[in-house]
Amino acid sequence: MNETEPQADKVDAAPQEVPEEIAQATNEYSPEPYSGEFPIVISGLRNAFGDFVVHENLDLKVRRGEVIGIVGGSGTGKSVLMRSIIGLQFPSEGTIEVFGQDITAAEPDEVIGVRDRWGVLFQGGALFSTLTVAENVEVPLKQYYPELSKQLLDEIARYKVVLTGLPESATSKYPSELSGGMKKRAGLARALALDPELLFLDEPTAGLDPIGAAKFDDLTRELANTLGLTVFLITHDLDTLYAICDRVAVLADKKVIAVGTIPELLETQHPWIEEYFNGPRARAATATHNRAKGIDNNTGGGS
Amino acid sequence: MLLTRYKRLPRRQFGRIPPINMKEWAQIRLEEAGEVTRAVITGPLLVSTAGALDPHLRDASGDIDEVDISEAGPFDTVGAWLVFRFARARNAKIVGASEQAEILIGAVEQCESTADIAPPREASLRRVAEGVGVKTIEIAQGFGRNIGFLGLLLVALAGTVRHPSRLRGKALVRQMELVGISSLPIIGLMSFLIGIVIAQQGAVQLQQFGAETLTVNLVGRITLRELGVLMTAIMVAGRSGSAFAAQIGTMKLTEEIDAMRTIGVSPVEALVIPRILAAVLMMPLLGFFASIMAIIGGAVIGDVMLGIPFLSFLARIQEVVPTYDFYVGMVKAPVFGLIVALSGCYQGMQVRGNAEEVGLRTTKAVVQAIFAVIVLDAFFAVFFTKIGWA
Repeated sequence: MNETEPQADKVDAAPQEVPEEIAQATNEYSPEPYSGEFPIVISGLRNAFGDFVVHENLDLKVRRGEVIGIVGGSGTGKSVLMRSIIGLQFPSEGTIEVFGQDITAAEPDEVIGVRDRWGVLFQGGALFSTLTVAENVEVPLKQYYPELSKQLLDEIARYKVVLTGLPESATSKYPSELSGGMKKRAGLARALALDPELLFLDEPTAGLDPIGAAKFDDLTRELANTLGLTVFLITHDLDTLYAICDRVAVLADKKVIAVGTIPELLETQHPWIEEYFNGPRARAATATHNRAKGIDNNTGGGS
Repeated sequence: MLLTRYKRLPRRQFGRIPPINMKEWAQIRLEEAGEVTRAVITGPLLVSTAGALDPHLRDASGDIDEVDISEAGPFDTVGAWLVFRFARARNAKIVGASEQAEILIGAVEQCESTADIAPPREASLRRVAEGVGVKTIEIAQGFGRNIGFLGLLLVALAGTVRHPSRLRGKALVRQMELVGISSLPIIGLMSFLIGIVIAQQGAVQLQQFGAETLTVNLVGRITLRELGVLMTAIMVAGRSGSAFAAQIGTMKLTEEIDAMRTIGVSPVEALVIPRILAAVLMMPLLGFFASIMAIIGGAVIGDVMLGIPFLSFLARIQEVVPTYDFYVGMVKAPVFGLIVALSGCYQGMQVRGNAEEVGLRTTKAVVQAIFAVIVLDAFFAVFFTKIGWA
């Protein structure tokens, strides 16, 4: 690259002064990565639409570095719970702390120093339709880090797109040119743009074919492991629960009735949980999971 | 919900500038160890702290054999990418990577790509030429398709006439309410003010000839013949034509129209015919209402400025305005209504792709409708004069 340079020792190596305007521009400064035990702490949450109460006295703590699955019947307020945590739905009572910051005390658009530390994948991807996939990924980067050069932004967008398993050619495509599964991956790329510590996924595998869904599960698990993410995952997909969730929280009766690994949940003998995990679909998922584990063990023994 | 929000408002801190913590930026320094030139990167290599380092890595000149990152950390993929790119560009070895750094560098290495960020654009000269060509063809085709849509509509209307039970009565009444009743206040106010302006400006000019009593003729004839219906058509295009395009366009996006077709419901019968009939039926009524409001506005000015008593003004109107002026207005009104509703519904049905398209098509519907209405009005003016209704 630099063969033509005559002076080999002339290297720009002075410790740099950070330009004033750059230091000023990044006013939402994230401190060190969160080191506490519970990045999300919800206590006494109450959500109601008019007379219809969705959550009543709901408590939940999410551990750092885990993939937590949120399950519950339709209409039990899984998405509302997620929207409360990310500050889109204002609860009528209770507190929600994210990275130790009280979300409920902040105004919707107030600078609170956590929005650059989470990424959210909405159900349909929620990509900005007038921007290409790469430009979508660049939006949060430009918002929080104006000091990044256009060149670097493009490089970051390129590798993030490939990181989420999209083909290179998808980088310059508009959302309307993508299939449902690709939109989800592109949405994930945007959610991961800021290298967040916390990732929210709202039904990531809904609407994907089984092969695509399994691949998305693997991807989520791999990213969580590689990047050390805490993942808050809403799902109906039993395969996803078995394959990648460390713990599962069950929403019923307006609150979280149980949190734990799937065997732990089964011990609670709550009728809904029993029905959920012992239905025909659940049995099939368990069988698949056990088979997969068997295969894993075999290869482990062989190598 | 709203109440709690309101109570919380005083806590909002407008213009609060959060304290700027001293941020630790990633840095680079050079070390010479015998034959080996080593670039030592220190500090946190995160997306939030690596931005200032990037230009230095890009611009640095000179040979580097090793990139030492043992003093750097924590890492994220952006930091890993910077190190990876720098090391590869200089053919240098990465040393001192922690386990986490190695995983991340490995991950970004696999994900390297050279794809375009946005689809490539042609040179601007070519783009302009191409754009003009495409636009021209589009206009021609659009005209043809508009006619086609009118034909489709007539066929559907014929079907409705043969089987009157297929007419959506409820939808029609609902649309008539939206197009007609709910636009009464705005059209009334607008016409009243237009009447005032015509009478006042006309009186000023006519006074110079001592002919201020002719203000009555001016107001009566121009509103019934031209302005009442024309201004109403423009208002309906803005109010209802745009709504038609946006509603139908959104239904197209959410696949409601496709759902109708699969169930066997014709979207033209269910959506388009009620809207078009509503506009065609309501336009004469609205146009007449507008003319009357304008005459009342003129009469008020006549009373105040010219000393013509209010009721005498109205009585004069009956004497000086020929009946055919009323017919001229009433013949034009349903045609204008048809044009406005047609372009609204047509553009709505053309929506494809994304939400941006809905906005674009809505704008197009209004512009097209107003343009067509004014062009047609000119033709009507010539036509009616030729047949002796001058």
